[in-house]
Amino acid sequence: MPAPVEVERPEAGDDVRPDRPWLVIVWNDPINLMSYVTFVFQKLFGYSREKATRLMLDVHHKGRAVVTSGPRERAEHDVFRLHRYGLWATMEQTG
Amino acid sequence: MIRRRRIRADRHGRFRLVLTEPERSLLSRLPTQAAALLADGDPSTTRVFPVAYPADSAAEADFRRLMGSELLAAQQEALATMAATADRRTLDAEELDRWLSALEVLRLVLGTQLDVTEDHALVDADDPQAPAFALYHYLSALQDDAVEALSATLGEPTGD
Repeated sequence: MPAPVEVERPEAGDDVRPDRPWLVIVWNDPINLMSYVTFVFQKLFGYSREKATRLMLDVHHKGRAVVTSGPRERAEHDVFRLHRYGLWATMEQTG
Repeated sequence: MIRRRRIRADRHGRFRLVLTEPERSLLSRLPTQAAALLADGDPSTTRVFPVAYPADSAAEADFRRLMGSELLAAQQEALATMAATADRRTLDAEELDRWLSALEVLRLVLGTQLDVTEDHALVDADDPQAPAFALYHYLSALQDDAVEALSATLGEPTGD
C-alpha cells in the first residue's frame, strides 16, 4: 500500500544502515470517530485540515496510514502522543 | 434533524457546557468507574494501552516500562478532571482537552465491553444491551461536540 507520507527509501543493499527512518502508523479501529481522528492529526502534527482528513480517510479505507516518520526517538514520542489520545498507533523501521 | 450542540465556544475563549443535571451526574460518575477499571488493569481497558512494537516483544516491553505509567497517569488525570468539572457552566480549552481524552477512555472501555464493530454499533431497542449502546452513542456525540468546539482553537497548520 502506498504510504501517504513521503519517506526516504534506503538504497538497495543498504538496509543495515542504523539511520533508516521509523514510520509511525495509525490503524483503523471501529471505535474512534472520523472527526476525532482528523482533529488529533491536526493538533499533534500541525497538519492542515485537508492533509489530516486525507490521512484519516486512508486509515478508514485502507486500514492504516503512515502519519509521521523520522528517527526512533521522535517516532516513539509521536506514538506516545497518539496513544495519549487513544489512537491505535504502532511504529516500524523502513526497509 | 438539527442536533443540539452540548459544548459551545463562547466569545471569551471558554466553552459552555449545555448539559442537563442528569447528564452532569452521569459525567461525574462514569470517569470514577473507568478510573477504577484502569487501576485494576481490567481486560476492558486493553485498548487504552495500545502496543507500539507489535513485531518486537523486547522493544515493546521497554516502551511499556518507560511510558506505561505516564500514559496511565495522563488518562487518570483526564478522567479526574472530567469528574471534578462536570457540574461547571464553562471550561477553558485545557480542561475541555482533558474531557476529550476522558471521553475517549470511556468510549474505548465501553466499546470494548460491547465488542463494537463498524457493522455492529446498533442493537434493537429490546436488546438487553440497548441502554449501554445508547450510552456509547451519547458519549460519541458528546466527543464529537467537543471536537467541533475545540477545532476553532487550532492554529494555522505548521506541518507539511
